[in-house]
Amino acid sequence: MSVYGADKRHHTLTVVVENKSGVLARVAGLFSRRGYNIFSLAVAPSDNERFSRITIVVDVESAPLEQIMKQLDKLIPVVSITELDPAVSRERELLLATVEAGPDTRGQVIQLVGVFEGKIVDVGHDRLTVMLAGAPTKLDDFEDLIRSYGIVEMQRTGRVALPMLDRSGDHRPRALADPATGHHPGPGTESAHGTESGHDTEKAG
Amino acid sequence: MEITGAQALIKSLEMQRVEVMFGLPGGAILPVYDPILDSSIRHILVRHEQGAGHMAEGYAQVTGRPGVAMVTSGPGATNIVTPLADAYMDSIPLVVVSGQVATSAIGTDAFQESDITGITMGITKHNWLITDGADIPRVVAEAFHVATTGRPGPVLIDIPKDVAMATMEWYWPEPSDLDLPGYRPTTEGDPALVRQAVELLLAAERPVLYAGGGILKARAAEGLRELAERTGIPVVTTLMARGCFPDSHPLCLGMPGMHGNYTAVTSMQRSDLLIALGSRFDDRVTGRVDAFAPGAKIIHVDVDPAELNKVRRADVAIAGDCRLVIDEMLAALDGLGLRHSDATRGGRGGAPSDAVSGATADPGTPAEAFPRDRLIPWRAQLSEWQARYPLVYEQKPGAGPLKPQFVLEALRDATPDDTIVASGVGQHQMFASQWWQFDHPYTWVNSGGLGTMGFAVPAAIGAKVGRPDKTVWAVDGDGCFQMTAQELVTASSERIPVKIAILNNAYLGMVRQWQEMFYDERYSEVYLSPDLPDYVGWAVSMGCVGIRVESADDVAPAIEKANAVDDRPVVIDFRTDAFEKVFPMVAAGASNDDIIVDPSLTGDRHR
Repeated sequence: MSVYGADKRHHTLTVVVENKSGVLARVAGLFSRRGYNIFSLAVAPSDNERFSRITIVVDVESAPLEQIMKQLDKLIPVVSITELDPAVSRERELLLATVEAGPDTRGQVIQLVGVFEGKIVDVGHDRLTVMLAGAPTKLDDFEDLIRSYGIVEMQRTGRVALPMLDRSGDHRPRALADPATGHHPGPGTESAHGTESGHDTEKAG
Repeated sequence: MEITGAQALIKSLEMQRVEVMFGLPGGAILPVYDPILDSSIRHILVRHEQGAGHMAEGYAQVTGRPGVAMVTSGPGATNIVTPLADAYMDSIPLVVVSGQVATSAIGTDAFQESDITGITMGITKHNWLITDGADIPRVVAEAFHVATTGRPGPVLIDIPKDVAMATMEWYWPEPSDLDLPGYRPTTEGDPALVRQAVELLLAAERPVLYAGGGILKARAAEGLRELAERTGIPVVTTLMARGCFPDSHPLCLGMPGMHGNYTAVTSMQRSDLLIALGSRFDDRVTGRVDAFAPGAKIIHVDVDPAELNKVRRADVAIAGDCRLVIDEMLAALDGLGLRHSDATRGGRGGAPSDAVSGATADPGTPAEAFPRDRLIPWRAQLSEWQARYPLVYEQKPGAGPLKPQFVLEALRDATPDDTIVASGVGQHQMFASQWWQFDHPYTWVNSGGLGTMGFAVPAAIGAKVGRPDKTVWAVDGDGCFQMTAQELVTASSERIPVKIAILNNAYLGMVRQWQEMFYDERYSEVYLSPDLPDYVGWAVSMGCVGIRVESADDVAPAIEKANAVDDRPVVIDFRTDAFEKVFPMVAAGASNDDIIVDPSLTGDRHR
């Protein structure tokens, strides 16, 4: 089952917002008002306590990405929006699952968790709660494999992501403003149509 | 200095140089109403909070300053939701202060509690729930900044009763104290894009300047005029832009769109370059989008980047303030003009209609002469359309039914040419936009985007408060009038002498027109009666002068009588022909190519 994988229909947006009450409602409301579907959403304070970082995976079949990014940009508490192409970003997700693991299958489940470099975080008489952090596709694979043992409950966090570090000449992260033009590829210019990835849409300026 | 939150709020409004606000008190906002007694701010007590909102809109539209309204929590706040939505659609700067139940009671379904910040999230540019009195001055400063900069819009400040009653240490924030790290509105356009735009503009053979409400918001009317005159490019002015370019100007084609005139609509359809300035390709302008202006390249200038490429992909999309970008365009024209070798051979360019001041300039001035020759065939074509498809109606003399267009022409001719006209929504609005001659910016106040019936009366009152020096007429429908007429009590008691012309056709006329044309004349729930209510009696009971007009001969005398009244509002009940329809018309969802003109122009009497 293709869940969160590198599916072309999904785009990952990193949105830096002011850490104030109601901001998540504004972001979520923007999607719901337009009938856009949020695939997953993770939010937590960033390294600067004034700001939180929201990672949103959107289903682009339901929404034109360019409009989403521009509309997000219009929200006053939104400081910046970056679209992260899976090919040039590091995406991670956490999965917790309670799996049926009676005496006959317990060894197999533990082995599987070991192969995936997960952890057993709780042990019951005939169940195990396991944890796995990793790329979303890896979690998909793991989920597929443990399904046959019987998943009692499962929770995934939704992905978080950061741009991949650029080890080529200029030592600049890919998602920053283009140093060649000296300005951000703001909405409305050809470079910010949003269908290309790795572009950062700072607030239009 | 320790003062209460309520005092801080009023003081903050004074610091923003607010002169007038519109509102109605109630429980949760009570503490804030007390310091109003000691304030320099004039408070106008409305009879319904919707009226306060539309008055603030009318005030803002004619003055360019933010309109301010104040309401209590719960129903007071929800009653102003419609004006907020209206102002959001039409980009009108509005600051609404709403009372809220005490912070300890929020979320408990307290008396007159409503989650107004939640409710208005999608129809305000931003809103704030203040939970600490110390935030009041800063939030007020932020609210005015957000409402008036970039793409203007409404904002709401929700202030709980206990926050208003608690004391705080007064301060007034410096601009750098504003806490808006995510708000950086666009201003100047990218010079490279402006240059591209100007190159397209000079190469075009059938260009049209598509001017929208953003021209007025940016106060760019003068720049637009210079751009049009220097390039010789004709201008269409959308419903929100009426007055930004003089209707009397030879380059003015008037209003495009669903009820635009034939030439304005068709000029866009046949254009090879649309220069959209502060306009947003609204569905009422484009008709069916995939059939709109099929041969046109698009230059789109808008202060809101989200409008660019939203409906129609632009060949050159410039995020920026219209006034600044037009100035950049004019500067670029100066630079480019000299490089055009054929410029100096321009001679006396221009079609017969080219009798504009710029056209008579010295033909040796390259920048003024060079695009004109190329546009001669285009302007000849436009003139031919104007001659063939004018706006028409027929007023039979004597006892024949009174035509709304006749009333508007009489009103237009009997009032100063800088009269402010407010309208509601429907047939009367379209007739007013078509038949008035708007030669001055900020003289047309209407509800364009949201289409709010009942807008005219309160908006006219707000406009008159903002510009007491000007004559203000509201052109209203009978259906619209009944929605907000109670505000004439406000106008009477505050001595605000607005004048209201009701085009009373006893129907919800626009809906009736659609039912006649598209629903086989099956009239469902559109009849209102001409006599119920008795509009004259109602007007008189509200402290106004009331006049009824039933025949064409009585129109001019009634208007003359109304114009002579300057100490109270006047309402004229014009009994107009219910069968009159607004033409031209592009049916909803149809292509602008399928524009329906008045049947008398085509010999088709069946329409």
